[in-house]
Amino acid sequence: MMRFLLKRLGQALVTTIGVATLIFFLQHLTGDPTYLLVPETATRADIDAMRHSLGFDRPLFVQYLGFLGQLARFDLGRSIVQNIDVTTIIGSRLPYTLALAAGALVVAGGIGIPVGVGLAFMRGRAVSYALSALVLAAQSMPTFWSGIILIMIFAVRLGWLPPSSTGGIEHLVLPCVALGLLSMATFARITRTALLDELSKDYVRTARARGVSRIRLLFRHLARNASTPVITVTAIEVSNLLAGAVIVETVFAWPGLGQITVQSIFARDFLVVQGVVLLGAFVTVALNLVADLLYSAIDPRIRLEGARR
Amino acid sequence: MTFAPTTSARPSRSKTRLRPAFWLPAALILIFVLAAVFAPLIAPYEPNAQNLLGRLRPPGTVSRGFHYLLGSDELGRDLLTRLFYGARASLFVAFASVALSGTIGVLAGMLAGFLRGAAELVLMRTVDVFLSIPAILLAILTVAVLGPGLVNVVLVLTLTRWPRYARIAYGQTLGIANMPYVRLATFMGASAGRILFRHVLPNIIGAVAVVATLEFGLMVLFEAGLSFLGLGVQPPNASWGAMLSTGRNYLATAWWIATFPGLCLFLLVLAVNLIGDDLRDRFDPRAPGA
Repeated sequence: MMRFLLKRLGQALVTTIGVATLIFFLQHLTGDPTYLLVPETATRADIDAMRHSLGFDRPLFVQYLGFLGQLARFDLGRSIVQNIDVTTIIGSRLPYTLALAAGALVVAGGIGIPVGVGLAFMRGRAVSYALSALVLAAQSMPTFWSGIILIMIFAVRLGWLPPSSTGGIEHLVLPCVALGLLSMATFARITRTALLDELSKDYVRTARARGVSRIRLLFRHLARNASTPVITVTAIEVSNLLAGAVIVETVFAWPGLGQITVQSIFARDFLVVQGVVLLGAFVTVALNLVADLLYSAIDPRIRLEGARR
Repeated sequence: MTFAPTTSARPSRSKTRLRPAFWLPAALILIFVLAAVFAPLIAPYEPNAQNLLGRLRPPGTVSRGFHYLLGSDELGRDLLTRLFYGARASLFVAFASVALSGTIGVLAGMLAGFLRGAAELVLMRTVDVFLSIPAILLAILTVAVLGPGLVNVVLVLTLTRWPRYARIAYGQTLGIANMPYVRLATFMGASAGRILFRHVLPNIIGAVAVVATLEFGLMVLFEAGLSFLGLGVQPPNASWGAMLSTGRNYLATAWWIATFPGLCLFLLVLAVNLIGDDLRDRFDPRAPGA
């Protein structure tokens, strides 16, 4: 287990450095990143002064090492527009995005997993076709449109829920549903596939022949074995939900990381955008690592194969 | 995801002809493509023709010579006309980005799988890095660097999505490259290019096509999402995402502005996903699908 853990940690570290490298080079895609940070009306002298103060006039490799060193100290730079550390800005917005993603995960898993169970157990029946259509529709619906439709129905027409902004738990309902619907489809699909895989195995046939009820079969036998892919998907979906929040937050004027990212693009506050993207990438790498470790804790075969490779 | 070689998995012609699960969505996509290609001929008005006295008119109204079949927007422009032109933006971005990212990704994946060694290490680690950044965030960061606009959106999506194809092409090439006929071709002195394009590519194209179809739907959503945020197609050019963004400000007074572009997006992506599912079922019956 220790060898497997170290191997996975090493891989995650390499990927993290790779992510930082990629973002550093993206920053330099147009040649001089100074232009991303100054207002369009800046004079030549302003641009030169800014370039010097940010160290963009140093050799590229020196800048790259400086960038990595900065990240190792969790320093994401300072917002030019707000004159605050980017980490402070992210810290103030993060709780909102986390609340939104957590709520969306509850919606996605809470609907998706039972739908997946229904799809597997009711295979070939009318119910299963109706559920399939629901999954496909949810998968094809852009979150910004489902968000708008939800606002139109539940806020504008019925007046049951607030259309936007923050406040009590009622403000979270519509954004969480809009964001969670897309992941719901993923949960339903993966649960269905995992259950169908298990249902075709001999032990299930034996249990059924012995007269074990479907409910008992599901909770006592299938749940653990079929949960492995669902756990992996949960980890991946959390990072998808955090990323998807960018658009949903804009629809619902939710003051999380997504909203500040979009605002920062228009305000030419590039370091904030870069900080959020770095955070999103690091969270994804960490979640993938967690998924791998959980996966191996549930299924020892993976751990052994992984350590051997 | 693994796929069987195409020779055994290619569907028979008669089976393809009979499947409504394939042809109904295909027909719907064709309608969108025709609407986009022939927009200047079939659209009732100019996409940017304003009629300030006919602002926010509901579907079916007439104002100063404008017959608003699906209503008008905040500048009195005909919504139906702008939907036709919006289809152009969506489909152009989706076709172009799938073609470019698919070509780059498949080449990279095939090279990594065939050459192995250092090329494999560098290319596939790069793919891992790209795939570990959430796609929408990577796209937003790249737009922030390059600036918004139709062509830049294509570049951004190409840069963001090629690893998806590289990974599938790599996995498939690894399997094919060890097949006896490929080893024989190598032994007979065939060049790497000949082996890759004559022997490997035809056998991995089915798997790539499935990914490309699903990616196509995703690219339509990405373009709309970026335009919705104001980072894609720039006004006054029509885009479904940008139209939705405008419609958000008029939900209480003009529901049609946000409803129809969203419906078009939904139907197009649904049709593409249905075809993607159908292709996946046929090329690989073991792959997951609801």
